[in-house]
Amino acid sequence: MSPGAPGADSAPLLVLDGVTKSFGAVAALRGVHLELHPGEAHALVGENGAGKSTLVKILAGAHAPDTGRMTLDGQPLELRGPADARAAGIAVIYQEPTLFPDLSVAENIFMGRQPLRGLRRIDTAAMNRDAERLFARLGVRIDPARPARGLSIADQQLVEIAKALSFDARILVMDEPTAALSGVEVERLFGVARSLCERGAAVLFISHRFDEVFDLCQRITVLRDGAWVSSDRAADLTVDEVVRRMVGREVSSLYPKQDAPLRDTLLEVRGLTRAGVFSDVSFSVRGGEIVALAGLVGAGRSEVARAVFGVDRYDAGEVRVAGTVLPPGSPRKAIAAGMALVPEDRRQQGLVMELSVERNATLARRRALSRLGLLLGGAERAEARRWTRRLQVKTSRLTAPVATLSGGNQQKVVLAKWLATEPRILIIDEPTRGIDVGTKAEVHRLLSELANEGLAILMISSELPEVLGMADRVLVMHEGRLVRELPRAEADETSVMFAATGQGAQA
Amino acid sequence: MSVTAGAPERVDGHPPTGPDPRRRGLAERLLAVRELSLLLALAALVLVTTLRNERFLSGQSVKDLLLGCAILVILAVGQTLVIVTRNVDLSVGSILGLVAFATGSLFLAAPGTPWPVALLLGVALGALCGVVNGGLIAVAKVPALVITLGTLYAFRGVDYYWASGRQINAADMPRSFLRLGNQTVLGVPVLFLVALVVVAVVGYYLRAYRSGRELYAIGSEPAAARLSGIPVGRRVFAVFVANGALAGLAGVLYAARFGTLDAAAGTGLELQVVAAAVVGGVAIFGGSGSAYGAALGAVLLTTIGSSLAVLRIDPFWQQAVVGALILAAIGLDRLLAVRMAARLRGRSAHGA
Repeated sequence: MSPGAPGADSAPLLVLDGVTKSFGAVAALRGVHLELHPGEAHALVGENGAGKSTLVKILAGAHAPDTGRMTLDGQPLELRGPADARAAGIAVIYQEPTLFPDLSVAENIFMGRQPLRGLRRIDTAAMNRDAERLFARLGVRIDPARPARGLSIADQQLVEIAKALSFDARILVMDEPTAALSGVEVERLFGVARSLCERGAAVLFISHRFDEVFDLCQRITVLRDGAWVSSDRAADLTVDEVVRRMVGREVSSLYPKQDAPLRDTLLEVRGLTRAGVFSDVSFSVRGGEIVALAGLVGAGRSEVARAVFGVDRYDAGEVRVAGTVLPPGSPRKAIAAGMALVPEDRRQQGLVMELSVERNATLARRRALSRLGLLLGGAERAEARRWTRRLQVKTSRLTAPVATLSGGNQQKVVLAKWLATEPRILIIDEPTRGIDVGTKAEVHRLLSELANEGLAILMISSELPEVLGMADRVLVMHEGRLVRELPRAEADETSVMFAATGQGAQA
Repeated sequence: MSVTAGAPERVDGHPPTGPDPRRRGLAERLLAVRELSLLLALAALVLVTTLRNERFLSGQSVKDLLLGCAILVILAVGQTLVIVTRNVDLSVGSILGLVAFATGSLFLAAPGTPWPVALLLGVALGALCGVVNGGLIAVAKVPALVITLGTLYAFRGVDYYWASGRQINAADMPRSFLRLGNQTVLGVPVLFLVALVVVAVVGYYLRAYRSGRELYAIGSEPAAARLSGIPVGRRVFAVFVANGALAGLAGVLYAARFGTLDAAAGTGLELQVVAAAVVGGVAIFGGSGSAYGAALGAVLLTTIGSSLAVLRIDPFWQQAVVGALILAAIGLDRLLAVRMAARLRGRSAHGA
């Protein structure tokens, strides 16, 4: 029995005990304990990267835990794949919808379980009727025969919910299902979840919206850094207490931002809006300053960065570099103006994995290095050597493919690539995600040095200690809006987390 | 509900009314449109050609046409199975050549073999080639394009090694077998009837069976397919085996039809097969298209071949016309996709 959890009134339906899961060197879950009781809605809360989504994937049978055991009705439960999870009565609504765009809505709901008629043929009419009935329960009208392609995010989410409902699941797992839903739709979803509970099902609800958590759930489990923190009755907790448990850790001294003299404003963003993604985002960054953009995953931080850099278009607002308006939608002009973007997803956006270290490092400034349009090896190599040395990239040779490097060293090569363009403004998205502690410290030292040299740095980070340690100012985003601006002195874990979860946004 | 574009699809707070009997799936309607437009193109082509030379519609000419397209139809239908799962099989031409030569060799070695046995053995050899393809793809986790490009040469190489320059002639094969290739029932070649059966079976399977729909799901969104518990690896393997078996069937029919066989039979056929499927509306990135469409694509391509000859157009242009047709088909798909997306977005506008 988990310490701190009150005695349950019934035997648990599903128990996870001592579950761990690592991806390479990163431990996503470390000995998590979770009990789901029939007729109860259970909330799972934690910061970004606390391990919630990994736990969901394990329950869904998509990941196998490294150690630990699961029991269902007291019997050991082993999930070898999503099909096993379904057979065990576990239905999962993922954070991101997982639909088949080419197939009809009804087929999406009933894939693999379509109603049959003679000769085991699919009974399309019955399938559409059943889908219609599910939508009626949810109180929405979606044509079951239309393809899923083109459905709005909210409608896609509703199809996912209908799919989960159609299982008659004993355990319903919802990974942030409400992010795209309107108030009415959320109420209906909760109505359905409650009626499932009344029939003896267990619900696991993951959300950053505390009002919803306390509205729906009877029990709350807090995860932090992949480890179990507490499980309590919701009635015994307050929002303050939950937030404290989510973030409760000492800020380590790993993050050495030195005070740099502030110079002129280099980057100025005014009223930036992209319909449905973010709206009215305004901020500025001065030379020598590190400004952190904090918020939960999906708050729109990376999207703002991409728009500022010109990768994505925006509907309204303007971006100024050192006072000059930057034309929207042109990364080439942004680079020319002295801006650099180190993206979050290194593998997909930052590096050409098959190319050599030196090729990657000089990719962003081939033009400057070429003579008469030809890239000559000498210039490229000299430039690459300069930056890889400064960043202490550990590689056997500069001609080794980037794919052979560790995550931390790959990140350094991406940095080298952009620093080689000698930018005045550096936008860096999740600078230390998935890299080891030692390299982390090096990246932080480097960022601090660069700020000292007069660069304006906009850093997006989901790691609160990093934000608090590195940033001179913290901008907090919540659901597409900039809700708080906190100077270094006022920023602490609680104030940032409160703003990021939409609590006290007006305060 | 799908009567007017842009009408609010959902009205919050009101329970939905019963299903509209007039309502038909948009996807289904577009599918119908696609196959209809192929039929129209085919009709227009035949009409124009016949106006120039009325003998184009004579019994013998039509019979030649049906005979000529049967093998391509079977291969295109098999390829459809593969392409809807977001894969491709480039080795079908080589499988056909290998099986055709094997069939001839069988009759050479055992002249008394009844033709149904030869047919079954040919299909089995084709399926075995499919097992090789499917197995390599499952083990190596390399795109099917690369694997089947390799087996294209490998199977052909086996064929050449085996034949070592020999040629098998019609005289070496039993009359009953050769008749299979030329016989007609009520004026329709048997070969074409076989192709029709294949089209009907595969087309209906893809439409009405759970595992058939799962093939579309795999091609439409592989990650989601895995999460919904579809045995993706097993299905893809099965699809390559089925396609190999159909290529084997086509190989036996090839032997029956032409009688004269060497190791080069079916060289380059794979690209015609893929072209037929694409022209027939099978999306090259998987998830949509039908066996019926692919079969119509194959008939259209074959008809173009013969009508250009009748129209006395330089054979050189034939390739260019086929190329233009493929580009037109892809352009049409793109246009339909864009228009459908716009329309669907309008339809899903929220009432609230």
